[in-house]
Amino acid sequence: MSSIAVATIINDDKVEFLCQPDETLLDILRNRLGLMGTKEGCGTGDCGACSTIMDGRVVCSCLVLGAEAQGRTIETIEGMANGSKLHPLQRKFIEHAALQCGICTPGFLMAAKALLEVNPNPTETQIRFWLAGNLCRCTGYDKIVRAVQDAAAEIRGETT
Amino acid sequence: MRYERPDTMQAATALLAGAEAKSFVLAGGTDLLVRMQNDDFEADLIVDIKAISGMAKVTETDDGFVIGAGVPSVALFEDTALVAAWPGVVEAANLIGSTQIQGRCTIVGNLCNASPAADSVPALVAAGAVAQVAGPSGTRDVAVIDIPTGPGKTSLAKGEIIQAILLPKPNARTGDAYLRFIPRTEMDIAVVGVAVNLTLNEDGTVIAARVALGAVGPKVILVDTAAKAVIGSKLEDVVLQALSESCSAACTPINDKRGTVAFRTQVAGVLARRAAQTAYTRAGGK
Amino acid sequence: MSFDATNSSKSFKSVGTRPLRPDGVDKVTGRARYGADFNMPGQLVARVLRSKHAHAKIKSIDTSRAETVKGVKAVVTAADLPDLTDGDPALFAVLDNCMARNKAMYDGHAIAAVAAIDEKAAKAALKLIAVDYEILPHVTDVDAATLPDAPVLNEAIFTQGVEPKSTRPSNIANRTEFGHGDVDVGFSHADSVVERSYKTEQTHQGYIEPHACVANCNPDGTAELWVCTQGHFVYRQVCADLLGIEVSKLRVTSSEIGGGFGGKTHVWTEPVALALSRKANRPVKLVMSRDEVFRASGPTSATSIDVKIGANKDGIITAATATLRYTSGPYADMWAELGAMTSFACYDLENVKTVGLEVIVNRPKVAAYRAPSAPMAAFAVESAIDELAQKIGMNPVDFRIQNVASEGTQSSYGPIYGPIGIGPTLEAAKAHPHMSAPLGKNQGRGMACGFWFNFGGQTCTDLNISADGTVTIAVGTVDVGGSRASLSLIAAEELGLSYDNIKAVVADTSTLGYNDMTDGSRGTFSTSMATISAARNAIEIMRHRAALMWDIPLGDVYWEDGHAHAAGTKHGNLAPLSVKDIAAEAGKTGGPIAGHSELVADGAGVSFATHICDIDVDPETGSSRVVRYTVIQDAGKAVHPSYVEGQYQGGAAQGIGWALNEEYIYGEDGRLQNPGFLDYRIPVCSDLPMIDTQILEIPNPKHPYGVRGVGETSIVPPLAAIANAVSNAVGVRMTHIPVSPPRILAALTDAKD
Repeated sequence: MSSIAVATIINDDKVEFLCQPDETLLDILRNRLGLMGTKEGCGTGDCGACSTIMDGRVVCSCLVLGAEAQGRTIETIEGMANGSKLHPLQRKFIEHAALQCGICTPGFLMAAKALLEVNPNPTETQIRFWLAGNLCRCTGYDKIVRAVQDAAAEIRGETT
Repeated sequence: MRYERPDTMQAATALLAGAEAKSFVLAGGTDLLVRMQNDDFEADLIVDIKAISGMAKVTETDDGFVIGAGVPSVALFEDTALVAAWPGVVEAANLIGSTQIQGRCTIVGNLCNASPAADSVPALVAAGAVAQVAGPSGTRDVAVIDIPTGPGKTSLAKGEIIQAILLPKPNARTGDAYLRFIPRTEMDIAVVGVAVNLTLNEDGTVIAARVALGAVGPKVILVDTAAKAVIGSKLEDVVLQALSESCSAACTPINDKRGTVAFRTQVAGVLARRAAQTAYTRAGGK
Repeated sequence: MSFDATNSSKSFKSVGTRPLRPDGVDKVTGRARYGADFNMPGQLVARVLRSKHAHAKIKSIDTSRAETVKGVKAVVTAADLPDLTDGDPALFAVLDNCMARNKAMYDGHAIAAVAAIDEKAAKAALKLIAVDYEILPHVTDVDAATLPDAPVLNEAIFTQGVEPKSTRPSNIANRTEFGHGDVDVGFSHADSVVERSYKTEQTHQGYIEPHACVANCNPDGTAELWVCTQGHFVYRQVCADLLGIEVSKLRVTSSEIGGGFGGKTHVWTEPVALALSRKANRPVKLVMSRDEVFRASGPTSATSIDVKIGANKDGIITAATATLRYTSGPYADMWAELGAMTSFACYDLENVKTVGLEVIVNRPKVAAYRAPSAPMAAFAVESAIDELAQKIGMNPVDFRIQNVASEGTQSSYGPIYGPIGIGPTLEAAKAHPHMSAPLGKNQGRGMACGFWFNFGGQTCTDLNISADGTVTIAVGTVDVGGSRASLSLIAAEELGLSYDNIKAVVADTSTLGYNDMTDGSRGTFSTSMATISAARNAIEIMRHRAALMWDIPLGDVYWEDGHAHAAGTKHGNLAPLSVKDIAAEAGKTGGPIAGHSELVADGAGVSFATHICDIDVDPETGSSRVVRYTVIQDAGKAVHPSYVEGQYQGGAAQGIGWALNEEYIYGEDGRLQNPGFLDYRIPVCSDLPMIDTQILEIPNPKHPYGVRGVGETSIVPPLAAIANAVSNAVGVRMTHIPVSPPRILAALTDAKD
């Protein structure tokens, strides 16, 4: 196998890497770029822990080849906060106790961010179905849904 | 293993035709990359077709819609004309996997993966969709129903790629619907899937019908007896009962981790009735 | 120093508030480091070869070709893990489970392992390991394994606990019995009797983080292990024993843990990683795949339970019996015993008898799963209780209240209860608006009760006061769901400081004394006790220092609201000294100020809950949806109510998944058919409604603040609550968990015929 050179934008930075043809974007992020905030829970697209945003759409990075990232724009959890200022979703997750172990949290935050970008005022049902690909085994989802609702309201300017 | 991203279909088919051993087409990757996780998976060549022009587009033509092989399912939902024309096809495509999968998976991939449980395939078959197949010696059109030949198997020859799905312009007063059964509300593979496509005349009588079943046989099943049962009716209770029974009778399922023969057979009939009622309403029937 | 753990009723300033958790920012920014997020210089990648046979003799293993693969640095088999267990059967089970010695006992049993410079080389090497198996007959079903014609899986297992002593090997590893009174007499006084058999399928804890560790053995005999675990001190002991390392030379650091629920209380692959590191003389990282997690780490038991309960026409239970068969995988354990102990714990019974039978099968070694063994027993008993209430025409809540255990009741497993919360949870359920809300068409309501013992155990905490008056507490119980926040609240409360002045860390095994693991709902209970004790010790030192600073007798210094005060008027108008004041002078008054505590936390108050749920069933497809769910549970004292609610909600969600869709499905060949999140169906976000919680606080008399463990009980009632709701919705009694759509539809079809 010969390595492939890939140029991409990750969290607003130009990033170039070499990868093997069978390496996934998740492998690249974690093993080659040190972006270990993206988690692997299954490797088969069933748990959403590795969710990242690629060209504006949330995807499972375990189901994207590293080579496919050529010319794409990728957002990971490491780029979510604006400097020391947390994204409202990040803050609301902490305030609402929407995480226990936290392993699923980066994936949930990526997916929820993508949701609020296309639908700033989702219903509870819309939130639940949008996030159905993100498994959480600790919380029963209750506080996660509330955190997303509250963050959405804040982003809309309805609360602080 | 090699990864290639050709920018013409000709180059793509030539790569596949010339490959010596196992080669795969990569579009959304949501099936292929799962298979690649398996320790026993081996491949020599992966051809990513997304850089080929037209692959990522839905085009409305005089005849209908051309859906490129690289169009992710979520983009179908974003195409309002397509949703208006074929709501059943779009709802089927949108049932595949999670939000994350939706951003990547394609209906062509769903078809070529040849799982008997593929959600979009019964809907495409009911809609009378055609696959546009590109090969080393040109393109040919194949009815979607003729693509899968059994679990994991297709009629595509070496070097052939489905480059687009063609959906006809629906006739007046046509409606389609797809329903599936899964144990949870999301994230499962269909235990039973039923697609119904109905065309009505002006007084609401069904004049054309196609009913297709998924996950109840080695490949998608087009149920002619079910279509016959509803043609000429206004979906009266007795007709729905006959539809339901003909669908159950057409099932040849297996017992597996997802469902039993009895369950699949029974639920196929229930879903057929419900899908027919939705399709009828969408076609303008009351 | 002696420590008085008695509950003293007091009002709280910090405890009971809801501050932000200290590890929150790390976890929402991706900076928190879990098991797989750690690397060492020169680290190798390990992969494990696993049996695809349910039961097979290992005739030989040839690793020679694997060893020649470029980049492979070590290959290990059981031969590299000699038996140092010295006749300890529990330790031997861990050893044999982490690397099969003579026989593969289940699909997924480890056979060999490879460490290589990369994943590719490791995978290539695994394919070249030649194993010569002799396939043996297998049995995976709990009932089939007890039949006379079942293959005997372990010739060395003779049923323990029977008289006369068993003389033939058996798949029933042990028999245990609990109860009191005379059940025959009791049943003779019954006007109505319900007798039924129930089954539950095997489930997995389903933590999202696969097991992961980095092991490093040095040539000087020291070793390190970075690992996601619920109990790094226990891992250290087990790994040191199995590898022959001196305990103090093995330093184990617990990473952030991505869920455990009991499954990370057991050692799985860590000794293999250490053995590979020892052989390769390089650090080794071993991360399980999801497939391996399901096939080879901790499921709970599959069960088969017979229950018989009788009551008189006044609604008094006159007798109750249960026979409970629990699978334990290939090795004897105590899962059935726990089931037999917990089954009738909610009730005050004159005549009760339970028998537990531990069944050996060709499935993975069973692990603890949140209140292990209690949910299945509660499913069977609470189903029968519901049916009996219907039979005698009583409301199910009133029937339970009529027979409920209370302070002074002799429990069905022996002890006499102190003040307990089951009665209050039932009264709260009766009064809850959920109980009287109208139901829609095709909907049913169910309720059920649950019990868990709660553990205490060995605990050690250090509390260090910094020069600026802020405080760090170093604890030895892994934080699985917010305990660093709750323990900081405890320290703040006891010292009279603000929560923001406390920083809690989980210490590694070389920097703190031994701690039992975070299991048995003991984390916050035990470590809060040790933290209070450590704080009181630190306060005692600060009193001394204040006395020195003021140059007055110690007896004249008392501590209140985070300050040393001079008693009385004879010392003039001395302004109280704050922790900060005293800390600032520590260098001149005797050096650093710290409080330590080592104790065995006794008196974990037992825990009870009552759940109510509404289910909507589609009678044509058997599809069901939970439309409303309420958890009512006694917390003793909720230290951080948000995380108490989180435990209630999370446990309920796991129980709902178990009740409706989760199950291990084995093929005829004894292989697991669904080792992934696609077909092992845990609840997704759209499956569940909001889960309402009601926290009751019946103080635990044996904890200074009245705290009880809250982590586990919430998984106990859901199986029964759901089964009761479904049964009420469809009018057919459901006796097999999960009540999946095919089972509901089949039951409805059978009822029609």
